[in-house]
Amino acid sequence: MGGKTIAEKVLSDRSTSDCHAGDIVVAAVDYCMAQDGTSKLMIEELENLGFERARTKSGMAVVLDHSAPSPSAEVSRIHGEIRRFSKECEVELHDVGEGVCHQVIPESGKIRPGDLVVGADSHTCTYGALNLCSTGLGSADVAAAAFTGKLWFRVPETYRVNISGSVGERTGPKDLILTLIGMMGADGATYKSIEFVGDAIRTIGMDGRMTMANMVVEMGAKFGPFQFDDVTADWYDSIGMKIDNGVESDADAVYEREVDIDASDVVPKVAAPHRVDNVRDVADCEGIEVNQAFLGTCTNGRLSDLMSAAKILKGKRVHENVRFIVAPASRRILAEAVRSGAFGTLIESGAIVVAPGCGPCVGTHAGVPSDGDNVISTANRNFMGRMGNNSNVSIYLASPETVVASALNGHITDPRGL
Amino acid sequence: MASTRLEGRAHRFEPNDDINTDYIISGRYKFKIGDMQELAKHVMEDIDPDFAQKVDSGDFIVAGRNFGCGSSREQAPRALKAAGVAAIIARSYARIFYRNSFNIGLPLITCETDWIEDGERLAIDLGNGKVIGLDGGGNAEFSPLPLTMRILLEDGGLIPHIKKHGGFSLERGEV
Ligand code: SF4
Repeated sequence: MGGKTIAEKVLSDRSTSDCHAGDIVVAAVDYCMAQDGTSKLMIEELENLGFERARTKSGMAVVLDHSAPSPSAEVSRIHGEIRRFSKECEVELHDVGEGVCHQVIPESGKIRPGDLVVGADSHTCTYGALNLCSTGLGSADVAAAAFTGKLWFRVPETYRVNISGSVGERTGPKDLILTLIGMMGADGATYKSIEFVGDAIRTIGMDGRMTMANMVVEMGAKFGPFQFDDVTADWYDSIGMKIDNGVESDADAVYEREVDIDASDVVPKVAAPHRVDNVRDVADCEGIEVNQAFLGTCTNGRLSDLMSAAKILKGKRVHENVRFIVAPASRRILAEAVRSGAFGTLIESGAIVVAPGCGPCVGTHAGVPSDGDNVISTANRNFMGRMGNNSNVSIYLASPETVVASALNGHITDPRGL
Repeated sequence: MASTRLEGRAHRFEPNDDINTDYIISGRYKFKIGDMQELAKHVMEDIDPDFAQKVDSGDFIVAGRNFGCGSSREQAPRALKAAGVAAIIARSYARIFYRNSFNIGLPLITCETDWIEDGERLAIDLGNGKVIGLDGGGNAEFSPLPLTMRILLEDGGLIPHIKKHGGFSLERGEV
């Protein structure tokens, strides 16, 4: 047997066995979480088991973000139950307005390099950016992890994605990950772990790495771990954690597949309706009318996203036919965006600001499109009906730069041409 | 295993590949409705508004690649099960949906499905790994389910498994 990948190392360590891709192991879970859309089932399952305290090493969190603040009495009831549960079982609660789970959990300082983290939300893979293995699971799996402190895993094979070169102007991590998803297809990496390496990756900041790890699930992947480097250390430092090293893949690790992308060939992309792998050059969609533009989500609602959007919008106003909705990924990001002045720019350009959280991403509140609308969004999914209306609504996914360029012009626009 | 032969009618959809969890049960219902029987009334409605009326208890869903991609919502397999779906037969599945289904006791069969017509009656022989067309047509073989999955199904799902054994007990030789 050769060396080990990050996934093999983390699962070997947490299962105290020498495991390799294909093995099934029962591994200790470091942290787990659920959000307001998945907690109800999880709580029912935990109560059924007689749960008292989470046995995961660093505990557990629940985040109220998908439908927050609550738009209805039904949701309020669920929120109430989650609050009661968190109090009774000493589970960390991130209440409405703190932000979207995949920003709030990393900010909370509860997860670290080499950890094994599970969450009842499919984009839990986002934390791979922080040099760890995390994945989204259903409510029963997360309940089992919280109750026993462990979970069974099939050790995934790993694809190594090497991104060389550097991206051009107004092209970024979202365009890179959309390019990769377009190449691989929606099931092109099912059950795999994706390790990102290469010169382009080293220059991408933590926000952009989270954008990329976030979307590995859109090609079916389980984990999306990045290597530990200065960017990782600086990011942990920024939330008050001093960490000098992380988990590395061995030089002779066995990869099932290697994919090479030259970042200098990558241009701004959109995922056209109704599939995330329906990826095209923005240039090929230029001119399609836009009725709603959305900047936010666990993919692209972070500070650098808001700042690059503000840079393009400075001194301008979005097109009169476009509703431009902004949902910062967390309260901390909102505060930083206010301090930096970027948030003022967004508001002056015509942004409709909604509370930190998921915003209209999943169609539960705060910006459900009208029948027949075209939406351009920084989110990660464009399935029919995704934003809460399936009557001929078309969702295009793109980078923050492309979204605001399109909001300015009222039609899909390549941000490089502005 | 409790029952090794299942019989029911096939239901196919357009699209055939990449049927996602939003199509199975839209995100707009997951907060509104906690009761799975109620949720079952809306299952598949974005791609087949009549499905909930058409499906009989014991029927199967038949699809192509990557069934169940998208969100982690466990309401998806639960609502299918509550609607009466006894098993899903597809060429491949998304990872989270795969786990969720076994965790709630819904078997997933992986095999070639192009030969199966909408409405066709099928038998699934879980023990011998065969799907058989009862209205004349073809059949397909599938590899036996992994031991972990068989243990979970045998115990009625993940939570019953944990309850029964006080933790994980997946190291058994045979089920
Ligand atoms: S922002 Fe969207 S994709 Fe992210 S956790 Fe919320 S609903 Fe899911």
